[in-house]
Amino acid sequence: MRRSFAPWADSSARPLIRFENITKRFGDAVAVDNLSLDIFEGEFFCLLGPSGCGKTTLMRMLAGFEQPTAGRITLGSADLAGVPPYRRPVNMMFQSYALFPHMNVEKNIAFGLKQDGLPRGEIASRVEEMLRLVQLERLAKRYPSQLSGGQRQRVALARALAKRPKLLLLDEPLGALDKKLREETQFELMDIQHELGMTFVVVTHDQEEAMTMADRIAVMDHGHLVQVATPGEIYEQPKTRFIAEFVGDVNILEGNVMGQENGLWRVATPSAQAPLTIDDPDEVLNSGQAVAIAVRPEKMLIQRDPPPANVPNVLTGEVWDIGYLGDWTVYRVKLASGAIVRVTRANASRFVENPIDWDEQVYVTFAPDAAVILAE
Amino acid sequence: MTRRLSLFNVTSLVFGFAFLYLPILLLVVYSFNASRLVTVWGGFSTQWYGALFRNEALMEAAWVTLRIALLSAGLSTVLGTLAALALTRYGRFLGRTLFTGMIYAPMVMPEVITGLSLLLFFVAIGLDRGFWTVALAHTTLTMCFVTVVVQSRLMTFDRSLEEAAMDLGAPPLRTFFAVTLPLIAPSIVAGFLLAFTLSLDDLVIASFNTGPGATTLPIKIYSQVRLGLSPEVNAASAILIGIVTLGVIVATVLTKRSAARAQRQSH
Repeated sequence: MRRSFAPWADSSARPLIRFENITKRFGDAVAVDNLSLDIFEGEFFCLLGPSGCGKTTLMRMLAGFEQPTAGRITLGSADLAGVPPYRRPVNMMFQSYALFPHMNVEKNIAFGLKQDGLPRGEIASRVEEMLRLVQLERLAKRYPSQLSGGQRQRVALARALAKRPKLLLLDEPLGALDKKLREETQFELMDIQHELGMTFVVVTHDQEEAMTMADRIAVMDHGHLVQVATPGEIYEQPKTRFIAEFVGDVNILEGNVMGQENGLWRVATPSAQAPLTIDDPDEVLNSGQAVAIAVRPEKMLIQRDPPPANVPNVLTGEVWDIGYLGDWTVYRVKLASGAIVRVTRANASRFVENPIDWDEQVYVTFAPDAAVILAE
Repeated sequence: MTRRLSLFNVTSLVFGFAFLYLPILLLVVYSFNASRLVTVWGGFSTQWYGALFRNEALMEAAWVTLRIALLSAGLSTVLGTLAALALTRYGRFLGRTLFTGMIYAPMVMPEVITGLSLLLFFVAIGLDRGFWTVALAHTTLTMCFVTVVVQSRLMTFDRSLEEAAMDLGAPPLRTFFAVTLPLIAPSIVAGFLLAFTLSLDDLVIASFNTGPGATTLPIKIYSQVRLGLSPEVNAASAILIGIVTLGVIVATVLTKRSAARAQRQSH
């Protein structure tokens, strides 16, 4: 049922949050540079980028801890300029969790409700509901120092959700958890978001986390939005080399455009003997232009026997490294040009006869539509 | 890992402690002397403690001292905490360096100078010397100690706790009372106890600024000793030592606990 959820594609939809030409400077440093962005109601939205890209600053401006130097942020129909954090219908889950150490779990969760002056009975029932939601009923009387990292994370989530904010901000929500717990919690967060129908904005530097959870991802770099799209689009149609390299693994082959034939681009590259054929019709390129060809490792095929002459995009080289990961095997192949490409192969069967070995001469091929051309 | 004590270590430890505490120990021991002669041991007795509680002049002085200590420690705790907040929370405001220097000045200023200048000030503004002038003078002296203790706690305070409180709907003042204050309370109490003990045993500043009817215990003891040693004074001093020691120990424990809590919350 989430499949059809795409309000960003609907030109008549009104966004819940609208950033208009937002700039934030700290002294001489520009953290966010003339950025505009719409986020829609019910979205699970991820701000993704390396540290220092401005994603946290953007979130803190939503929460009200920072004021934009220029530009306008609106929530619903309200301009947020000058509205202090304690008057915004927005709650935040902090990276450090920021649980009050002198209050037990119950009181931590009740804190926001008390500020609203809700009657005691309602606070108690809401706290209980939240405890059930994050499965911490039995730990209600514990203090934060008596909880594990995962439990603290749940308390922080429950506390931020208790006021049923229009918008929940999550700052690196899973950063402090170990790998296994992180994966479980990712799906739990998605379930909770779906169940409550809230809008979530998550800040993360972990691309896997963003890919798993988000409806849309905004990739940021140096205070700019580089691309805002669904995880699938970000992965399969990265707009820039930065995104291709930041999100997932990628092989970059540098080359020069030779021209277009039957709607396919021909690109000469030192990595292959014959020119490459790339099916990326949306690009507008000139002859001779320097480009980067991005191919994901799982979209490359590796074989020992030479492919037939009519197969496009053939790279030759020798196996440099083999990494066996259980579900996948990673081959690092050194091309004649000296460049190394990564090829992954799913281990679909348990036994492989005569597998490709170290130092073997191999052929690496990929389909014309498996690659993306990125203008340099 | 505990290091084993060598003979040299033990000897230096004994001499060190003896140098520091033998005179005090001697005073406490002699407060239990049965003899009227202060320097001759005449057997164990608690009679001077009894005599002390019957000595109205000394008891009156003790009562004045206690009131002054409570009042000045209370005042300096409030002012010192506010100063610590200003120094840690308001970034680099105009005159911050000057402000820091002025707050810490009483710590390094010779007490005679502080006492004398306060006396001149009180005379200049026409404030009659007595209970209030001593209390105010002690507030000036002890405020910086509160600031130091509270400031060191605030520097390790996780600001996201306050942001979380505001994010959940608490305005700044309520955030302060619901989150900040309970968490820095141990260091404030520690600061109060330090201020209290400092005021309790101050002689120099008090004697400059005191007046009729405001004779503190240290002043009283000092003037009595000038007339000749009395075992009652030993008893009074022993009690004073007891109170001060207790205050310092409690202050130290509170500071340590508060530091440990700060560490737990930040990890």
